[in-house]
Amino acid sequence: MNITESVVSNPIQLDKSRLKRTKSGKIKVKVLRRSQVVTNITLVSLVILTIYGFLSFNYKNINFLEAVNNTITNVRTMFLDSALNHFTLSESLYQILITMGLAFLTTVIGGVISLILGLFAAKNLTNEKVSNVIKGFVAFIRAVPTILWVLIFAVAAGLGSVAAVIGMTFHTVGYLIKAFSESIEELDEGVIEALKASGASWWQIVFQAILPSTATYLLAWTFLRFEINFTNAVAMGAAAGAGGIGFELFMASGFYFDVREVGFITYLILAVAVLLEILSTRIKNRYLY
Amino acid sequence: MEIDLFKKRRRQMTIVTVIIVALIIFFAEITKYDAIKGFTSIPAAIRWMFANFYPNAKSLDKLPSILSKLNETIFLSISSTTTAGVLALVFALFGSRTTKINNFLSSISRFIASIFRNIPVVAWAMILLFSFGQNALTGYFALFFVTFGFLTRVFIETIDEASYESVEALQATGATYFQIVFQAVIPSSLPQLISWLLYMIETNIRSSTLVGILTGTGVGFAFSLYYKSMNYNAASLVVIAIVLTVFVIEIISNYVRRVIL
Repeated sequence: MNITESVVSNPIQLDKSRLKRTKSGKIKVKVLRRSQVVTNITLVSLVILTIYGFLSFNYKNINFLEAVNNTITNVRTMFLDSALNHFTLSESLYQILITMGLAFLTTVIGGVISLILGLFAAKNLTNEKVSNVIKGFVAFIRAVPTILWVLIFAVAAGLGSVAAVIGMTFHTVGYLIKAFSESIEELDEGVIEALKASGASWWQIVFQAILPSTATYLLAWTFLRFEINFTNAVAMGAAAGAGGIGFELFMASGFYFDVREVGFITYLILAVAVLLEILSTRIKNRYLY
Repeated sequence: MEIDLFKKRRRQMTIVTVIIVALIIFFAEITKYDAIKGFTSIPAAIRWMFANFYPNAKSLDKLPSILSKLNETIFLSISSTTTAGVLALVFALFGSRTTKINNFLSSISRFIASIFRNIPVVAWAMILLFSFGQNALTGYFALFFVTFGFLTRVFIETIDEASYESVEALQATGATYFQIVFQAVIPSSLPQLISWLLYMIETNIRSSTLVGILTGTGVGFAFSLYYKSMNYNAASLVVIAIVLTVFVIEIISNYVRRVIL
C-alpha cells in the first residue's frame, strides 16, 4: 500500500521542487546548468580574446588590400603556372624521398622507445607512481614545440639529419607513449588477472596478453604519427636545415623568390600528404574505432 | 595444423622485420643519418643543457620582451583558431551527411578543406611571406588556413556522430533548415566542437612558434634571435615560458572539457 502511494505521489513532489519560476510566477523553460554556464563563459572569452588579439597585433602599417591582391596573384601563378627552375623533377622526387626517410627513421626509433616506455606508463602494468612520473615527463616533452627540440639537439649534433631525427623522435615519443599507454590501459583487467593468478611473469603477461591484443592499435597509432612526422619533416627541412623537400621550399621562397617553384613543391607535398591522409583515415576507421 | 600456423606467423614476422630493417638502412643512407652519432648526441645534448641551457640573472632582464612576444603568439593562435572555427562550422554544415544541402556542395567543401589542411603550415607561411612579409598577418593566415582545413574535417565527423536522430525528429515536425541547424545540430554538438577548438589553440601555440621562426614574429622569433646569437640562457627562458603557457592552456581546457562533455 505504502509503496504504490509513494510511487504515485513522488513524481509530483519531485516536479514541484524542480520547477523554477521567474519573479512574475512564470515557469522557467531554460534552467542554467553548470555545463551551460561554462560553455557560455568559454565562448564569450574566446570572442573577447580574439577581438583583443586583432587589436593588439603589430601590423606594421601593411596595406592589407594590396597584400591580399598580391597573394591572390601569386597563388594563381604558383598553382596554374608552376614549374621547376633550379632542379629537375627526379631530383625533387629524391628530395621527397629524403623527407619521407626522416619521417620513417623518426617513427621507427620513436615507436620502439615508446613501446618499451609505454608498457611502464600503463597503470595496469606498473604502479601508479611510475606511471605518473613517466606521464608527467612526457607531458613536458610534448609541451616544447618540435622545432625547439631539433634546434636544441642541433647544438650538440650540428644542423642536419641527426639533430632533426633525434629532435622529432623526442616529440614522437611524447605523443606515442600517451597513445600506447592509454590503449593498454583500456585492456580488460580480467586477462591480466587471469595470467597473474596462473603465476605468469611480468614479461609473459606482456608478450602473451598485452602485445597480441593491442598490436593493431599500436600499429595504427604509429602510422598516424608517421603522417604527422612527414609534415614535421617538411617543417624541419625549412626551419632547421634538415634537408629534403622542406629545405628546397625554403630556398625557393626565401632565396630565389621563385613563385612558380614554390607552387610545384607545394603540389608535391600536397600529393604525398593527401595520400598519407587517405591511408591513415582507412587505418583509423578500421582499427581504432 | 597449429604448428603450421606458428610457422606461418613467424615467417611473416621475419619478412616484415627484414623489410623494415632494409628501409632503415636505405633511408639512413640517403638522409645521411649516422645512427651512432644519433645515440651519442642524446647524452651530449643533455650534458650541454645542464651546463648552458638554463636562465640566469642576466637573462631575466629579457623577460618583459619575451613575455610581450609570447603574448603575441598566444593571441595569434587564439584568434586564428576561433575565426577558422567559425568558417569551418559553415563548411562542416555543408559537408556533413546530416545537414548537407546537396551532394555537390558537400563534396566541394570536403575537397577545399582537404587541400587547406594538407598543405603544411610551413608551405603556407612561405607562400604568404611573398606579399605579407615579416608581419603578424603572415602567421595568422598560415595558421588560419591549416586550422580551417583540420577543423572542417573534425567538425564534419562531430556533426555526423552527434545529431542524426534529433535532425530526423525535427524534420518530422516540419522544421526549416535553419531551425534544424540552430535548435538541434549546433546545441547537440557544441561541447565537442568547443573541445576541438581548445585542442587546436594548444596545437597552434606550438605551430606558431615554428611559423614565428620562419616569418620573424612572436616568440619563435625571440627564440631564434637568442639562439643564433648564442644567448642560450635567454633562449632557455623562452622554452620555459612556452612550456608553462602550454601547461596552463592544457589545464584550463581539461577543466572545461570535464565540465561540458
